[in-house]
Amino acid sequence: MSGMIIQGKTGDWEVICGLEIHCQILSKSKIFSGASTHYGSEVNENVSFIDAGMPGMLPTLNEECVRQAVKTGLGLNAKINNYSAFARKNYFYADLPQGYQITQFQYPIVGEGFVKIELENGETKDIGIERLHIEQDAGKSIHDISPTKSFIDLNRAGVGLMEIVTKPDFRSPEEAGAFLRKLRSIVRYLGTCDGNMDEGSMRCDINVSVRKVGEDGFRTRNEMKNVNSVKFVMQAIESEARRHVEVYESGGQIEQETRQFNPTTCTTKAMRKKEYAHDYRYFPEPDLPPLVLSDEYINNIKNDMVELPDAKKERFVKELGLTPYDASVICENKEVAEFFEKAASGHDAKKVANWLMGDFFAMLNEKKITLAESPISAENLGALVELVSKNVINGKTAKDVFAIMAATGDAPEKIVEEKGLKQVTDVGAIEKVVDEILANNQANVEAYKAGKTNLIGWFVGQVMKASQGKANPEVVNKLLKQKLG
Amino acid sequence: MSIDANTVKKIAFLSHLKIEDDKVAATQEEFNKILQWVDQLKEVDTDNVEPLVSVNNEHLRLRQDEVTEGNQAEAVLANAPVKEYGYFVVPKVVE
Repeated sequence: MSGMIIQGKTGDWEVICGLEIHCQILSKSKIFSGASTHYGSEVNENVSFIDAGMPGMLPTLNEECVRQAVKTGLGLNAKINNYSAFARKNYFYADLPQGYQITQFQYPIVGEGFVKIELENGETKDIGIERLHIEQDAGKSIHDISPTKSFIDLNRAGVGLMEIVTKPDFRSPEEAGAFLRKLRSIVRYLGTCDGNMDEGSMRCDINVSVRKVGEDGFRTRNEMKNVNSVKFVMQAIESEARRHVEVYESGGQIEQETRQFNPTTCTTKAMRKKEYAHDYRYFPEPDLPPLVLSDEYINNIKNDMVELPDAKKERFVKELGLTPYDASVICENKEVAEFFEKAASGHDAKKVANWLMGDFFAMLNEKKITLAESPISAENLGALVELVSKNVINGKTAKDVFAIMAATGDAPEKIVEEKGLKQVTDVGAIEKVVDEILANNQANVEAYKAGKTNLIGWFVGQVMKASQGKANPEVVNKLLKQKLG
Repeated sequence: MSIDANTVKKIAFLSHLKIEDDKVAATQEEFNKILQWVDQLKEVDTDNVEPLVSVNNEHLRLRQDEVTEGNQAEAVLANAPVKEYGYFVVPKVVE
């Protein structure tokens, strides 16, 4: 059970949560106009007359946005609808100059699906997807330049969005967090959205309610809009659920309203209620006929799909022998998974995974660099593991070689060669060193023989030191045990 | 179905239209005429008929994903009553 139970004064409460996620579609031009989607351009430079809501301008749908939405739908194991249609959602706001948003209402492009999430206790759970529809983004308002005026930049107005709506299947903040990470991973694998929540290209609205354990049906929910990190989403769910329990237990009722989450205080507060705010008066978009997709079109996209994180994870477990946990950590990020596959090719995959998740990630963190900037290539990481597997160097030397690789970017073979780090496996040579150490430390030899057997570690250390770390530790151990009896 | 004066005012508010008080009664009558006509349409049996989205029996044509417009901030802003630093400027809107 990964559900969260809030123990109240009147009994146990269960958390119910659903998410709506807006994902900016990766495309060169906007969903209904030929203006660029480029982020960071000069103010109002990426604006067509369509985006600016000029009278008489007609929208034309971008085929790439359709393809990206279908791809994402397939990634969510969802039904792709052959027939979908656009609707107008009336909404007066300065950053939406048309006075309405072109969206999909009754006939979304993608229907029901599911996403499998992995939880900390090793369990998995399927989260239901209600739908995915495509629509246009609004522009950006800047409120802090002047106390009396708002400044509007329409560069973002008309960029394509996919709105993904889940079923109310989350029973804890942890499940919602796992889902968001999984969704981000899926859209990044597919290249349909860059998934950057902090930059606003993936934004999350949260619906939360609570009910007594064992109760049927749902109670009134509250919505929190535009929460912009996985951590904040999890905190917002928990704080809002606890507030509901407190309200109910003190005899109050929850009113349906939109609330704002404040990450600094970890609390939510009601936003000013706009009268009739939810009266969107949807109606069919007269400027766009229905969108009809053939089975052939959908199948072509299906056949072109990249391997998704779940499939990759399963393959890594089955074919490369990784543990499910290691495989899911490595597969969360497409670049990491690709780096791993390259590094593991022809080598001991489990050992490569250990190096990658241990020393390698620690090195990236320490240097504060990304995977792409790593001085150690995938091939070189694989080669290092191979040197250990083939007993050319021992594990301890490997750590030293790794440090040099991180500093210089050199191949491990070259470092081992140049620094003379090859492991000594010649029993005769090691025996000579062992004999010397024993002869020079008679007192400890006596002590060992008298029962202080934990001195073995000290002897191993001395021999390794004398051999500059190059002696094969297994041979050293074996010889010492023989000689000390 | 018919609507009252308050509904007329509500719809005007939602549409950001200014209807003077002395025009409310006339607008109400116009609305009701339209609604009566719709009521008449309702006499047609539409059970098991999917709503019609478009009268054009034509499918949507799609556009190639190419950047073909933009770099015309001056033209886009030309009709803006107030502009500063390349932005449209409006009375403060904060939720």
